[in-house]
Amino acid sequence: MSGVRLLVGTRKGAFVLTSDGSRRAWSIEGPHFAGWEIYHLKGSPSDPDRIYASQSSSWFGQVVHRSDDGGRTWQTVGNDFSYAGETGTHQWFDGTPHPWEFARVWHFEPSLDDPDTVYAGVEDAAIFRSTDGGISWTELAGLRGNDTGPRWQPGAGGMAVHTVVLDPSDPGRMFVAISAAGVFRSDDAGESWRPMNKGLRSEFMPEPEAEVGHCVHRIAQHPTRPDTLFMQKHWDVMRSDDAGASWYEVSGDLPSDFGFPIDVHAHEPDTVYVVPITSDSVHYPPDGKLRVYRSRSGGGEWEPLAEGLPRANCYTNVLRDAMDVDHLDPCGVYFGTTGGEVYGSADGGDHWTAIAEHLPAVLSVEVQDVA
Amino acid sequence: MIQPEQAHDVRVMLPAHLRTLASVGREVSIPVVGEVTQRSVLDALESLFPTLAGTIRDRATARRRPFVRFFACEEDLSHEPPDAPLPDAVASGREPFIVLGAIAGG
Repeated sequence: MSGVRLLVGTRKGAFVLTSDGSRRAWSIEGPHFAGWEIYHLKGSPSDPDRIYASQSSSWFGQVVHRSDDGGRTWQTVGNDFSYAGETGTHQWFDGTPHPWEFARVWHFEPSLDDPDTVYAGVEDAAIFRSTDGGISWTELAGLRGNDTGPRWQPGAGGMAVHTVVLDPSDPGRMFVAISAAGVFRSDDAGESWRPMNKGLRSEFMPEPEAEVGHCVHRIAQHPTRPDTLFMQKHWDVMRSDDAGASWYEVSGDLPSDFGFPIDVHAHEPDTVYVVPITSDSVHYPPDGKLRVYRSRSGGGEWEPLAEGLPRANCYTNVLRDAMDVDHLDPCGVYFGTTGGEVYGSADGGDHWTAIAEHLPAVLSVEVQDVA
Repeated sequence: MIQPEQAHDVRVMLPAHLRTLASVGREVSIPVVGEVTQRSVLDALESLFPTLAGTIRDRATARRRPFVRFFACEEDLSHEPPDAPLPDAVASGREPFIVLGAIAGG
């Protein structure tokens, strides 16, 4: 029977949770990198033993680790994320030009077919690529060099490329999402990029439908329907059916359309999951009831999934990279909370169990299907 | 007086996380050729332990990270110019050059 491995990044280390295909009993290994903040870990789709980990610290900066044995052992690889060419400026909080300054890697996205190729979404917003297993990094400078780059501005959480989506149907097509600039698409393998934010409306901007400036929290794609994208924005759940060229709102009957993660069922491209929180200023679930919301119609109509989740007094959050799905049948869904719990459902979200508790605040959860 | 062209074995004390990262103990001995300064010591340290590159000094600016301090001989040398000579006691190995992570209260 095949199994599942969860890669869990937390404020104080990384944990690896494994189960067989029944997904009833879980073993927890870790913490790896004890005491360090692990922003994100992600495994290669073409070699599940290859995992990249982003370790970040306000004290000691960015460190990158790589595992070649499924997370049992790690080696430190390259952390030189030097911007290419002219550094340039973006807008600072006071509206003045401010030079780009590398802060940390928010997200690793390994190539779909080459374990040595991996993309890094970083703060200040840029995308880097490594083709040697993370030893050296080269910026795909066309993103930062986009005409709109000088107008990008950080939100309170920093200005980062936090989402990288590689289109499985077209090796040249990639999407990134930047807080607080919006979605950008490349059709030439990352050389050049265009903003893809038509239809987004953000009331916090002086021009709510501006070309850039939108605080996109995450985007998700189903591999069999690559032109359809789902987005959780800083307010509003959105959908595009034309590869980001235009977006429309599918928040529908959600109790709140503010949240961070969004993901798509492994086998049903119209089944989408979000975790609403109260508001931009109140980052916990409405009424203290932790609920995942599922739409089976590609958005618009949503149902609460609460079986096995805290029904009261829950004041945690689920961060943007802290939810993922497995590819077993039925599809498993997993998410981690800032309260240190990891919840899993082996039936598409109908029933949930806490598969880890009392971890440090969870920053990311990525799922691997393993033999 | 320490001569600039001499090679010196400089003792460097590292904070816990960096000891883990470099797989070393509390203190390492670093051969430093030429004048013993913050820059020459840290260059030699990073050369010997490449995983420490970027962790003490910012990669882009080569400046000390804000939450890292440099102490030696009961003095805070964090704000000294990187090319200023370190005390003779450090260059001669009698006293360590201490790399310290700022405390985080709360």
